[in-house]
Amino acid sequence: MTDSQTAAPQAAKVPAQAPGPDREPLLRVTGLTRHFPVTKGLLKRQVGAVRAVDGIDFEVMAGETLGVVGESGCGKSTMGRLVTRLDEPTSGKIEFEGADITHLGVAAMRPYRRDIQMIFQDPYSSLNPRHTIGTIVGAPFKLQNAVPAGGLKKAVQDLLELCGLSPEHYNRYPHEFSGGQRQRIGIARALALRPKMIVADEPVSALDVSIQAQVVNLLDDLQQELGLTYLIIAHDLSVVRHVSDRVAVMYLGKVVEIADRDSLYAKPMHPYTNALMSAVPVPDPQRKERRERILLTGDVPSPLNPPSGCRFRTRCWKAQDICAGQEPPLAVARPGHQVACHFPENAPE
Amino acid sequence: MSNTDKPNLAEKSFLSVRDLKVHFPTDDGLVKSVNGLSFDLERGKTLGIVGESGSGKSVTSLSIMGLHRTGTKRGAPQISGEIWLDGEDLVSADPDRVRQLRGHKMAMIFQDPLTAMHPYFTVGAQIVEAYRAHHPGTSKKVARTRAVEMLDRVGIPQPDKRVDNYPHEFSGGMRQRAMIAMALVNDPSLLIADEPTTALDVTVQAQILDLIRDLQKEFGSAVIIITHDLGVVAEIADDILVMYGGKPIERGPAATIFESPEHPYTWGLLGSMPRLDRELQDRLIPVKGSPPSLINVPSGCAFHPRCPYAELTGGRSTGEVPVLAEAAPRHYAACHLPIAERHRIFTEEIAPRL
Repeated sequence: MTDSQTAAPQAAKVPAQAPGPDREPLLRVTGLTRHFPVTKGLLKRQVGAVRAVDGIDFEVMAGETLGVVGESGCGKSTMGRLVTRLDEPTSGKIEFEGADITHLGVAAMRPYRRDIQMIFQDPYSSLNPRHTIGTIVGAPFKLQNAVPAGGLKKAVQDLLELCGLSPEHYNRYPHEFSGGQRQRIGIARALALRPKMIVADEPVSALDVSIQAQVVNLLDDLQQELGLTYLIIAHDLSVVRHVSDRVAVMYLGKVVEIADRDSLYAKPMHPYTNALMSAVPVPDPQRKERRERILLTGDVPSPLNPPSGCRFRTRCWKAQDICAGQEPPLAVARPGHQVACHFPENAPE
Repeated sequence: MSNTDKPNLAEKSFLSVRDLKVHFPTDDGLVKSVNGLSFDLERGKTLGIVGESGSGKSVTSLSIMGLHRTGTKRGAPQISGEIWLDGEDLVSADPDRVRQLRGHKMAMIFQDPLTAMHPYFTVGAQIVEAYRAHHPGTSKKVARTRAVEMLDRVGIPQPDKRVDNYPHEFSGGMRQRAMIAMALVNDPSLLIADEPTTALDVTVQAQILDLIRDLQKEFGSAVIIITHDLGVVAEIADDILVMYGGKPIERGPAATIFESPEHPYTWGLLGSMPRLDRELQDRLIPVKGSPPSLINVPSGCAFHPRCPYAELTGGRSTGEVPVLAEAAPRHYAACHLPIAERHRIFTEEIAPRL
């Protein structure tokens, strides 16, 4: 029931070339957790665990973009690494096109790697400085033993052109490129095997403002052209609003709110989402005085020992006794809008 | 440049930078990081310097602090021009004199508190050091009390316990607060904040900006805030200076810069950032190309290879370097486009898309 409700508004967004059984999400994550053990002493006795991701559920439909926002330490990057299976989940389930990929080994995972690719945050450390661009972008073909029609070099040059680079860059090295160009190389590499889904972890945060817009537009064009599905992880709420169809807000390893973009930005329901949005600086000095700001005090609590009940209650101005005792479930509050809060704002009457 | 326009301001202003040039000799050639920058700043006011990476904004701040004096093996950076701080020229001053001023009369908040603080010493020890260096003869006890007081002032809970913590025991926001405490411990009258909130989350960023604003009111210091985020300067700055390729290209009061920006680059910056306070646009309007190399700065207007209106200047943009000229009261822009033409383009083409 929940599924069909969240899915309904998405139907229009799914491009025509999306795979047939359309009610089936491309990616479904249920109860996903990742606890990093903290050990002590010679015997490496486990004394606790950093609950980086602590039970999250969401779905990504084919052809849509799900944006994930949250402060640093909320587990959004870990979530991205789990979904791409660069890290092993502690528990929970990841299904890609209906197949369970949660605990697949390296070899069993390989066919799925064609379909799920990743774009990394730092364009400087994600490209091997000793390899030419041709080698870097061509690596996915070699690793998958896929021989592209027309030869490897031709395929790589086509990819470079697709991402707004020149085919002559084939024999150059990463240090010869600027940050924005390097990010384009990273995107070309991710696109090499024509994946169905791309997980982008902070794809533009390392870039200059004017270059950010170029890369955001490129991601947009590629989605239109190739029918890609994106999972975009970012901390910048305005960028996420621009690129996403749906947005999930994470706090301390949990999804606290997930909704259609317009619904979330027009009427955020979770107090945390409200606070996040009011904290975004607006480039308009006139509004500085008029604006009401919710200032959160303090820092995010440690994920080693998260607060009982609702995790946001220590910083929440609406917290009451029930918040400490009972954890609010992620429930549908409005069509296409799920929130985990006992006292949501903008709640329908 | 503008030092001829306003010759008498140099004596009046608290901080006055005149035709500052900072060039670094490298193996590849001379890097002209800052190439002719002038501005004035009064006490109690905030100047925001905006620009992309490599536009020379950080080099400007480091030069004011006198941190670009020592050379590398390729020779010292070539600094020319004048930096007047309260009637004293810092460029020609003795290094020992600048050292006395640094940390005392002028202080700096760096971008990344984890690298700017020493990991081996407690936060308290580092603040005490900064205080005792400029207050010789103060006992350690008095200095420590002062450190606790400052930590309390910047909003660190339990300052008397936290003073003995090491930087790694602080969270990112608290480290930045501790660094602000360290910068303010000697009541500086000039505070330079170089990307003070870039490494922080939005909620913490809002706290830190509020803190800087409150402290400025309390101490009446002049603040220079350097950032690439136009949202941050809109929150905090009274005046804004936009830099491109080592030169100032636009300068004016914050309100008019955002309401009626004059320079095509500023239009580009405003158009390329998605904004929460506006209707969702279909596409962002990026500035084409990438920032120029500071070794081979484009001839004429450094922005001309990326400027969509360069042809409208009749070739002047490639041959002639534009100077900052008053386009509106207190609002200067360095652009060859005639003012009327600029205003027409902005109101007809740019403003509807922002």
